[in-house]
Amino acid sequence: MHDSAERAHAEASKRTFQFVWGWLLALTAVEVVLAYQRLEIKLMLTLLMTLSVVKASLIISYFMHLKYEKRSLVLLLMPAMVFVICMMFVVFPDSVRLYRQALR
Amino acid sequence: MATGHEAMSVPDAGLHGAAARDAWAGGASPFAIGSKKLGMWLFIVSDAITFSAMLIAYSYVRMASANWPMPFEFMPSIANATVMTFILLSSSLTMVMGVRASKLGNRSGVVKWLLATMLGGILFDVLHLREWLGLIDEGVRLFKNPWGNPLFGASFFGLTGLHMTHVTIGVVYLGVIAWGTSRGKYSDEDVEVSGLYWHFVDLVWMFIFPLVYLMSNKMA
Repeated sequence: MHDSAERAHAEASKRTFQFVWGWLLALTAVEVVLAYQRLEIKLMLTLLMTLSVVKASLIISYFMHLKYEKRSLVLLLMPAMVFVICMMFVVFPDSVRLYRQALR
Repeated sequence: MATGHEAMSVPDAGLHGAAARDAWAGGASPFAIGSKKLGMWLFIVSDAITFSAMLIAYSYVRMASANWPMPFEFMPSIANATVMTFILLSSSLTMVMGVRASKLGNRSGVVKWLLATMLGGILFDVLHLREWLGLIDEGVRLFKNPWGNPLFGASFFGLTGLHMTHVTIGVVYLGVIAWGTSRGKYSDEDVEVSGLYWHFVDLVWMFIFPLVYLMSNKMA
């Protein structure tokens, strides 16, 4: 279990983990600064969600080690999850309709 | 067990003979990970969909509302939530260091890093509970608040409460793993699987923080 290849992998990974952690903190700081800019709400939402997806990908790839697993595992887990989450977006046109109704 | 040609052909070229019989008997590991790790990954996918459903339900009522409250001042709320985010991200770093220690066979290192991770989780909970009490003090209830749409409380406490429950369960889970590791009960796979759970809880916060806090900050 603890052969030399695994040991070398663990040594190299320490610096990678610290690097990824630094990026996660930096991107969080960017999000906080961004939240106080006077941007149009759709642009703000898009920028914040893009940054969050980047952060989530960093966590999944490096901290959760998925980058180093077999491709078949990634294909088992990710497409179905992303598909199901995207399907939930069908509710939003109704949300916009209710908003317009509330304004009237 | 298959030998020679058959063993080499297992991963990609399809299964034949003894290798096929082994696979049929449940001996194969097509994803090249243990079943505990696969089980945790499948749980994480289902939990990710649960949290997504809650975040989308929250976004739905918020978008439909013309008077959604945006009560979070920089001091204390946004600053507090930012510190909580930094704590949770840092606890993920101590967690991977714990997993790394377990891969290197360093048991006391695992216990030390897991305790540091648990401390981060407890600190996160304490800061979060302090904020909850502050909001309750200002008159926020599940279906009532002084500012606007009454669903604000239900969606805020529901989302952050489910997340806080995950953090709390995570602290207990890591405590069990740390205790068992110190007694030699658990393998490096058990530590790694608990790490997957912890990172996932961290990941969920990366969506709650911008959607619930940053999008509801009170501009000066």
